[in-house]
Amino acid sequence: MAEFKEAPAGATAGQKLLTWVDNRFPASKLYKEHLSEYYAPKNFNFMYFFGSLAMLVLVIQIVTGIFLVMHYKPDAALAFASVEYIMRDVPWGWLVRYMHSTGASAFFVVVYLHMFRGMLYGSYRKPRELVWIFGCAIFLCLMAEAFFGYLLPWGQMSYWGAQVIVNLFAAVPFVGPDLALLIRGDYVVSDATLNRFFSFHVIAIPLVLIGLVAAHIIALHEVGSNNPDGIEIKAKKDAQGRPLDGIPFHPYYTVHDIMGVSVFLLLFSAVVFLAPEMGGYFLEYNNFIPADPLKTPAHIAPVWYFTPYYSMLRATTDPMVNVFVVLVALGAAVTLLLGGLSRNAKVVVAVSALVFIGLLKAFDAKFWGVVVMGGAVVIMFFLPWLDNSPVKSIRYRPNWHKWMYTVFAINMVVLGYLGIKPPSDAGTLISQIGTIFYFGFFLLMPFWSRIGEFKPVPERVVFQPH
Amino acid sequence: MSEAVADPGRRTWIAITCGAGAVGGAAVAVPFVSTFTPSERARAAGAPVQVDISALKPGEKLTVEWRGKPVWILRRTPEQLETLKKTEAQVADPKSLRTQYPTPDYAKNTHRSIKPEVFVGVGICSHLGCSPSDKLQAGPQPSLPDDWAGGFLCPCHGSTFDVAGRVFKNKPAPDNLEVPPHMYLSDTVLLIGEDKKA
Repeated sequence: MAEFKEAPAGATAGQKLLTWVDNRFPASKLYKEHLSEYYAPKNFNFMYFFGSLAMLVLVIQIVTGIFLVMHYKPDAALAFASVEYIMRDVPWGWLVRYMHSTGASAFFVVVYLHMFRGMLYGSYRKPRELVWIFGCAIFLCLMAEAFFGYLLPWGQMSYWGAQVIVNLFAAVPFVGPDLALLIRGDYVVSDATLNRFFSFHVIAIPLVLIGLVAAHIIALHEVGSNNPDGIEIKAKKDAQGRPLDGIPFHPYYTVHDIMGVSVFLLLFSAVVFLAPEMGGYFLEYNNFIPADPLKTPAHIAPVWYFTPYYSMLRATTDPMVNVFVVLVALGAAVTLLLGGLSRNAKVVVAVSALVFIGLLKAFDAKFWGVVVMGGAVVIMFFLPWLDNSPVKSIRYRPNWHKWMYTVFAINMVVLGYLGIKPPSDAGTLISQIGTIFYFGFFLLMPFWSRIGEFKPVPERVVFQPH
Repeated sequence: MSEAVADPGRRTWIAITCGAGAVGGAAVAVPFVSTFTPSERARAAGAPVQVDISALKPGEKLTVEWRGKPVWILRRTPEQLETLKKTEAQVADPKSLRTQYPTPDYAKNTHRSIKPEVFVGVGICSHLGCSPSDKLQAGPQPSLPDDWAGGFLCPCHGSTFDVAGRVFKNKPAPDNLEVPPHMYLSDTVLLIGEDKKA
């Protein structure tokens, strides 16, 4: 235990109170460690707004959520009407609900940009692997949170979306149907399902989410922030041990982030007040029809933030599984011929490739679609160990790497667009190519990330004072 | 730190206590996980449904709810029954042999029904549970092949079924539409949810 401190002579009442608290709770210590003496690189660009914006949206979602729960009824017979009641009869209820529904989409906008920032500047590389992994877990929680929340209005899209996603679990071999039954709590999506999803949405997932956000920030503040140059600022310190290229988070970045918050709130308010449905992308039109278990809407699609993964699910047809078989065989052949492996390792590679091919053919394409969809998210967790580039930041990587990341981003947008559209032959073919590119990008990264002419990384961060 | 050597006997007891605690903790999880399974009320709500089909004209379809699912009753025209011969070669499981959604023996035929003209099936796609839309009109249409003979199209992922609910090859859905247990109480009254065996 630290020694008991005394307030200096002539201290104000405030200082005395703070000393009293500090002797019992590390208030000043936490403030220094995380704000006034947390040194962040001075060369952050606008891509670095999205972390604090994600925190802001989390707060918006929690606060608006608390108020929505005061009026919402988690009951299959009452849910739809209670949402309309919030919209029409509760004073300002429409605003709270639109903030919550827009907040859901805004969350994914800022989180996708936040993740892409991490990918561009190598923010997941050593020693920030855990920061990245906690972040990926947050992303998973966010997807679960969005999915559970989407059932609550009990509209047609809520109902059939939940039906499709719960049935994804039914595709798991052997235990699938029982697993789906366990999730629904009934033989069909019903009142029991709505009640448990409500419980997950308002308490279980948010608790986990907040814990993970705390872990994400604690891990970040332990290792320090990365920056657009991908240089460790802790490598160059002044006489007091402060990083030469670092500035205290408070007041510099708190003020800086207020600007980001202002711009964000400007856009956010514009959506909330002028286009809360965002042309059917944030709130789907079919969800203004009460759930009807007997009739699927003519066209169902998830909300925009799930559509890239949904496209990958739809792309996994029987011919696609055959393509996977060929790719696995090719991969194994290349490893055997060029890998320079020992005899034992060769046997292991050959046998596991054969087993994998056997499994691909043994189970339905439906199951592999689910594996592809889940794998697309899970593969993100391994990014720190897939990237072998000698430099972190895209700035000092070969020019063709920039093209890889550009194509990766465009590919996600195309997959997302196709996921909104009804199924078509051309769309399926494009999303199959997109799916292969997505997985190729990650699975071949250990090889391609080393190739090319890397540029020299400067000693100090690139920064023009203004 | 104490200089004393750890007493291995006490270590054993600590291990045993931790083990017993873990077993207790795991046992507590059982009732909590059990609450996820369907309640007694949900289990009981599976009563059979009786339907009068005397007013159903050829080419018409009736939807009734059974266990919260849509059950279709389609009285097929002779022309529609004729199309089944053509689709025989294009469907994935023409003989309804797959066992994921076992087809009752009395429906393991080309028309998948007791009476050739009356098809009774659960209108839920075996892919991810959407309810397919009627595309009973033959001929080229959006999302359908040009030689379409009439049947059903799932709006979610594009699986197609013929008028006997048989899924076409190379579609996301692996299985034919489920045929629920059903029987005729009289010539025009159907009981869905129960058959003679039960």
